[in-house]
Amino acid sequence: MRFAPHTPDDVEAMLGVVGRPSLAALFDHLPPGVLTDEGLDLPQGLSEDEVTRRLSAFAAANDTDAVCFAGGGAYDHFVPAVVPSLLSRGELLTAYTPYQPEVSQGMLQALFEYQTVVSELTGLPVSNASLYDGGSAVAEAVAMACASTRRNRVQVSQALDRPSRQVVRTYGHPLRRIVEEVGYDDSGRTPLTDVPGDVAAVVLAQPNAVGVVEDVRAWSEAAHRAGAQLIVKLEPTAVGLLATPGSQGADLVVGEGQPLGQGLVYGGPTFGFLACRQDHVRRLPGRLVGETVDARGTRGYVMTLRPREQDIRREKATSNICTNQTLTAVAGLIYLAWLGPQGLRELATTCLARARHAAQRLTAIEDVELAVDGPFLKEFALRLPVDRPDVVVQRLHDAGYLVGPVVDDGPAAGAVLIATTERRTRDDVEGLAGALAEILRDLRAPLRYLRAEPCR
Amino acid sequence: MPVMGDRTAAEPTLFEKSRPGRRAGTLPALDVPAVDPAETLAGVELADEPPALPEVGELELVRHFTRLSHRNHGIDVGFYPLGSCSMKYNPRMAEVIAGLPGFRDQHPWAPDAACQGTLAVLGDLQHWLCELTGLPAATFQPAAGAHGELTGLLLIRAYHEDRGDARRTVVVPDSAHGTNPASAAMCGYDVVTVPSGPDGLVDVDALERLVDDQTAGLMLTNPNTVGLFEVEIERIAAVCHRVGALLYYDGANFNAIMGRVRPGDMGFDVVHLNVHKTFATPHGGGGPGAGPVTVSGRLAPYLPAPVVAQDADGGWYWDHDRPKSIGRMHGFHGNTAVLVRAYAYLIYHGLEGLREASARAVLNANYVAAQITDHLPLGYPKHPPMHEFVATGTGLKAHGVRVSDLAKRLIDYGFHPPTNYFPLIVDEALMVEPTETETPETLDAFAAALRAIVEEAAADPELLRSAPQTTPVARLDEARAARELVLRWQPRP
Repeated sequence: MRFAPHTPDDVEAMLGVVGRPSLAALFDHLPPGVLTDEGLDLPQGLSEDEVTRRLSAFAAANDTDAVCFAGGGAYDHFVPAVVPSLLSRGELLTAYTPYQPEVSQGMLQALFEYQTVVSELTGLPVSNASLYDGGSAVAEAVAMACASTRRNRVQVSQALDRPSRQVVRTYGHPLRRIVEEVGYDDSGRTPLTDVPGDVAAVVLAQPNAVGVVEDVRAWSEAAHRAGAQLIVKLEPTAVGLLATPGSQGADLVVGEGQPLGQGLVYGGPTFGFLACRQDHVRRLPGRLVGETVDARGTRGYVMTLRPREQDIRREKATSNICTNQTLTAVAGLIYLAWLGPQGLRELATTCLARARHAAQRLTAIEDVELAVDGPFLKEFALRLPVDRPDVVVQRLHDAGYLVGPVVDDGPAAGAVLIATTERRTRDDVEGLAGALAEILRDLRAPLRYLRAEPCR
Repeated sequence: MPVMGDRTAAEPTLFEKSRPGRRAGTLPALDVPAVDPAETLAGVELADEPPALPEVGELELVRHFTRLSHRNHGIDVGFYPLGSCSMKYNPRMAEVIAGLPGFRDQHPWAPDAACQGTLAVLGDLQHWLCELTGLPAATFQPAAGAHGELTGLLLIRAYHEDRGDARRTVVVPDSAHGTNPASAAMCGYDVVTVPSGPDGLVDVDALERLVDDQTAGLMLTNPNTVGLFEVEIERIAAVCHRVGALLYYDGANFNAIMGRVRPGDMGFDVVHLNVHKTFATPHGGGGPGAGPVTVSGRLAPYLPAPVVAQDADGGWYWDHDRPKSIGRMHGFHGNTAVLVRAYAYLIYHGLEGLREASARAVLNANYVAAQITDHLPLGYPKHPPMHEFVATGTGLKAHGVRVSDLAKRLIDYGFHPPTNYFPLIVDEALMVEPTETETPETLDAFAAALRAIVEEAAADPELLRSAPQTTPVARLDEARAARELVLRWQPRP
C-alpha cells in the first residue's frame, strides 16, 4: 500500500501483537459521532507515472517563457547546479531540527557557517539560523525593537515594500502596536526627519522598494538620538558594493534571501535572515547555533540559548518559531560560497551596469522617464506616459517581457519596476525597449486622434 | 567498515578552507558599457572590500557539503521516530516534480494568467485540505505550523473583535506544544492552562470552570501530544461554544486521522496542517515546511489576503478584494513549492491511501508500544495510543540514569532518539512516533534496542551515561556554548 511496506501477513501478525481484530478496530474507541465515512471528495490514488504526468501538465500550464525584468523583492539571478545538487543529499534533506547534536553535526556546522556569512553581509555580529521570509523577518525585528525599547510605536518608510509593511501591521495589530508610514520624496529616498521620543524603531529598506539607496548612516543617527533603533531590510546582493548597514549603525538588519541561490520558485520557499548586535542576542527569535566542544575536547556545534524558545519558555518565548527555513538558508550559504567575495562584487557591479544601460535605453523612448532620481543599483522605477500602467505590464507580458510590479504609493505610484540581474543581456534590453515603444505608440495613437493634441 | 578513511572525520569550516583569490562561480561577460561604481554611485557610501565570504573552488565546495552530510542523520539514513514530527519517507517523486521548470521559474508577481498551473494546483489542494479537515476555506501563506497557529489565532481575534466582543484569554492544555502558548502570547492573549486528567486527556470539568466570556478560544491537538484521542471532544467543543469561544486544531498529529476524523466535524473552527509532517514533504533539517490553515465559514472573511479563487470561466486568480482580511502573513504567497509536493503526495495516495496510511501509522505505534511497555511503561495507559505514544523512563532514575541517557545510547544502536522530556506532563517522557513507512523488522529491532538499553541501565549504567560512543562527536558541552556564545566563525588572532 503506497509507501507503507506492510505485507498482508505483516498486518495480521502485528494486529495479533497489539490485540486488535482489524485495522479499523484501531479507531474503535473514538466517538462514533466524529468518525467520517468514505464519502469525502478526494481523488483516487494514482501511480507515480500518472502523478508525474498530471503535475507536469500543470507545470506546463504556467507561462515562464517571458524574459524576466520583474523585481519587487524577487530577482531572476542564476542558480548554479551545485545548489540543488547538494541540497538533494538525503542526510540533509530528510533530517529535522537538530535536537540531537551528536548525529546532526553536518547541519549544525552548515548553520554556523550560514550565521557567519549573514553576519558578514549585514555587518552585525549575530545572525539567527533563518526565518520564514523577508516580510516576517521585518515583523520579528520590529517585535525585538519594541521589546528592547519598551516602546510600541514604529515608523516604517513608505519605500519599504508593501507586503512587508502589511506583515508588520498584521503582526502588530493584536499588540496594539502603532505603525506609521514615513513618505519618501522625489529622489526616492526617505527624507530624514526627527524621530519622536516614543518610537521603538524606524524601518527602511536598502535599496528600497523604488530601487533607491537610502542614507542608512544618517537615519541610524536620527533613530539613536531618539533612543529608537534602526531596522534595515537589506537586499543582500547590494552589499557587493554598498557599505553594510551594520557598519552604518543599523541595529537590526533583516532581509529576503530569494536572490541568494533560491531561484524564483513563485516566491517560496526562500528564507528570511535576521542579524543583530551582541546585546540583542537573548531577544532573537528562532534557532541559534553555537560552537562548543565535546567531552573529548573536539570542536562541535549545538543549538544554543534555547531558553528563548517556545518549547522551553512557552508563552514567555521571544517568538513562536519552531520549523523555519533551514535547507533554503543552507542553499543561500552554498550560493554565497560559490560566488565568493569577488564574485559578489562582480555580481553587484554587473547588475549595476546592466541597470544603468537599461534605464538609459528605456528612458530614450519618448515620454518615458525615471520616476525618482536617486541612485539605484539593479532595480529602478520607470514612469510611463499612460493612465493604466497595468495594461502596459500585461501587454509587455504578451510580448514576452515580464516587468513590474507597479509601485503602489508615494511619489513613484504608478511607475513600473524594472530589474536587471546579471542574466539580462543587451539583446534582452533591446527587445524590451522595442516592445515598450510599440505598445506606447499603440496606446497613444487613438488618444491623439481623439484629443487632437499630443498627450502626456 | 569505512570505504576509505573515516567518512565522518571532522570537517574544517569553509572559512578555514578559504584561500584569497580562489573561487568557484562565474558570471556572464558584460555586453553593455562597464561602470565605475564610485562614479555612478557618487555620494553613496560604498564598501572598501566586499563581505568576507569564503573563497573556495567548486570541488572543495562540493566535498565540504558532502562531508557535512556524512555527519548528519536523516530519514534516508535510518529510523527517525521523533514524536510529534511524523518523520516518514519523503518521496523523491515530489522533489522531481517541485523542480519542474514551470513551477521553479515562476516569478511571484507574474500575472495570474501566466500562473494558471500553480494556481490550479493550489485551488485543488485547497479543496482537498478543506475536505480532509471538514472546513470550507483556506490560506496558504503560513510557512510553517507555528506560523499557521499565529494566523489562526489572529483570525479568531478578528472574528471576536468584529462582533465587538474583544476577548482576553486563550486556553491551552498543559500537554500542548510550546508553540501554542507562544503563538497565543504573540497574538496578545493571556494564556490559561487547563490541566490534563489522570487518563492523559483534557480535564473537561476543569475546562468548564476555566472558560468564560473572556475566553477567545481553546487550542487543542487531537490526538493530543500524549498520543491519545480526546474522546470527550464533543463535550469539550460544547463547553467552549457555550461561552462563545472557538476551537483551534493544532494539526501536528493529523497523520493519525487522515480521512477518518475531520476537525470540522469535531467542532473546530480553524486548523493548521504541517504538510512537512502529514504530507511527507522533507523537513530539510528544520524547514522549509508549510502550514496551510483551513477555517469555518464564520472565519473565512478574515483570511490573509489574497486567497486563491476561481472565476465563472474556470480561470484561477488571486482574490485581493478581502475587506475584512487580517492582512498579510508572508511577503509573497507562502512556501508554494512545498505545497506542490503535498499535492503530489495527496494524489498518489488518494482518499483510500490516506486512510490506510493513518491506520498503519497507528498500527506501527501500537506495535512498538506493545513490545516495550514492560520495560518502559506508558505515561497514560488507560486509553490506547494513536499514531504515537509517550512512555516514561522514570524507572531509570533508580540506576542513576535519565531518559536523555537512554536516548543517547539509542544512537549507538543506530536509531535516532525519540522526542524526550516532552510532553511536560509525563516524567522522563519518551515520545515515539514510528510512522506508517517503517517495516515491522525495523520496529522489532528498535524495540529490542530499547529493551536492551533498559537492561544495560541496571547492569552497567555508565554505558548509557557515556553514550554515544559511535558518533563524530561525543556529548557536547551545551553550558559552555551558552556561556561563551561563539555564534559565528572568527579568524584566530
